[in-house]
Amino acid sequence: MQPLTLSKVAVRCGILALILFVVVVVALKFGAVPVSLYGLAKDLIGVLIGRSSNISSEYGMIIREIRLPRIALGIFVGASLSVAGTSFQAVLRNPLADPYVLGVSFGAAVGSLLALIIEPHLALRPEVAAVFTPLGGFIGATLTIAAVYLLGRYHGDIDSKTLLLSGVIVGSFFSAMILLLITMLPSSSTRGVVYWLMGDLSTPMPPILGWVLRTGFFAGFALIYLTASDLNLLLAGEKEAMHLGVDVKKVQLVVYLAASALTGLAVSVSGSIGYVGLIVPHLMRMIFGTDYRMLLPASAFGGAIAVVIADTMARTVAAPSELAVGAVTAIAGAPLFIYLLRRRLA
Amino acid sequence: MERGAQDGSRMNADVRLSVEQVSYAYSPNPSQAPIFTLEATSFQVKPGEIVGVLGPNASGKSTVLRLIAGALQPLSGRILLNGAETHLMEPRARAQKIAMVQQESQLLFPAKVWEFVLQGRHPHGKSLRFETDDDVMIATNALRQVGADHLTDRWMGEISGGEKQRVILARALAQQPVLLLLDEPTLHLDIGAQVDFLHTLKKLTAVNRYAVVIVTHELNLAGEYADQVALMQKGKCLRVGTPASVYQRDLLEQVFQTRLTVEQRVNGRPKVSVLESSE
Repeated sequence: MQPLTLSKVAVRCGILALILFVVVVVALKFGAVPVSLYGLAKDLIGVLIGRSSNISSEYGMIIREIRLPRIALGIFVGASLSVAGTSFQAVLRNPLADPYVLGVSFGAAVGSLLALIIEPHLALRPEVAAVFTPLGGFIGATLTIAAVYLLGRYHGDIDSKTLLLSGVIVGSFFSAMILLLITMLPSSSTRGVVYWLMGDLSTPMPPILGWVLRTGFFAGFALIYLTASDLNLLLAGEKEAMHLGVDVKKVQLVVYLAASALTGLAVSVSGSIGYVGLIVPHLMRMIFGTDYRMLLPASAFGGAIAVVIADTMARTVAAPSELAVGAVTAIAGAPLFIYLLRRRLA
Repeated sequence: MERGAQDGSRMNADVRLSVEQVSYAYSPNPSQAPIFTLEATSFQVKPGEIVGVLGPNASGKSTVLRLIAGALQPLSGRILLNGAETHLMEPRARAQKIAMVQQESQLLFPAKVWEFVLQGRHPHGKSLRFETDDDVMIATNALRQVGADHLTDRWMGEISGGEKQRVILARALAQQPVLLLLDEPTLHLDIGAQVDFLHTLKKLTAVNRYAVVIVTHELNLAGEYADQVALMQKGKCLRVGTPASVYQRDLLEQVFQTRLTVEQRVNGRPKVSVLESSE
């Protein structure tokens, strides 16, 4: 009997952080302007430990102003989507749950788009305007998961197939809504919006939005992580969890809201990057087991690593033109989803 | 296992669980008439005592158990565990006192036996917690008490039905409850495993002074192992008492809709045999 300890979690997270660092350094290297890997790693470590405050001037501007913000965005978007997927899988008792598959990403996109359309008419202060789209994304995501949850319930229990089907239908309904909303946007912004919908990390965003994304991620993650032991028991079913002392309704509410917030935030800044919340938790379960006290942080790191890698591929594979990162994750994720579904049915 | 806090109640043979005139109505839609009602039901359970709740399907047995567990709120009447109403307790506090053994535990992901038993320690700590050495000791002890310590490192999915029921019982023991509730615990077990399981339960109930309520439709096993039985039919509690006093041929024939005989054995326990159908 060797239960999980806090130090075990810390050590494993340390290893994952190291892998993320290596991935970030390699990702920074790729691009139109050649950069030395060694010099880059040296400079970055210098910055991280506070020895120096600067990255070599020859490529410093490109790294600091272009590549690093984009990678940072990828880290938080990947971690948010992955943690959201891992959380939905526990409260819905369905290992195939994912913000994209459940239609939550599309709901968040509709919310964000509506906010985008309404915002110019409201004459908001710039700080409020900046968080208006993520707020729309959060509301859209929350309403969607509530709808999917209610549709997927059958005789008081969540039916796995009905749930997934509800997610697909709700998702396709919102896709149609998105098309409708795009026609209402000025034609000048249509191309950008379409690109955003496919999943895109290249659009620069105002610093306040970056701050909202980071704060939102840490707050959402902390809320979900506090329920990690409860989620372990919820996997065995609501009744069983209740008999083991879990306040089921409270935990479900907290996790639904927090996971919807993470999805809404991620989608409002990067569009629909699909399947991250499905693939990453699966891989992490294979490596670290199913204990949510380990799985949640592992999913956060894994999601960050996956999206940074996918985005690096998106901007290098077809260089000088770019793919949408959502296309890369969908190309990898959809076949895996089918494989997992078939294996579960078998 | 230490039961220090409960020694007092053992001395004066206090009633631990008191079900007082409890009724319940279930309707899937609040505007419609209830499709199931439980009429006023009363019985009491003392520490170290096993009470069997018996009856055919849809007689309200499981509803009684869920009411006792605090999962449902009675329409009228009260259910008191050491003087506190069970449905008003906080989930965590309730799970420190009441443990439930259900028919089957569905696992979404594979788990080891020891991981499963450690879940029983969940109510005894903060929400986010890592197990302490004490937790490990209590879980190990629980597995030993049910005679399943050799299964510790096996996967839940690869042990037999009888072994699995023992492990589920071990998890309930790890909660260190004062009240143990069992819902058809022997349903999918062969007769040898059934007797084994109930024998273990009887022994542990005597040693740890649990109050035990067990729902079953196995008349003979309840007759053999229960100190009291409550006979249910269509949401009515017809009779409560010792198996010998409740197992009346006419009554059982009427409740179970089949012809049967009841004989008293030398140990004072009744034995029920089903006769061929009269049709």
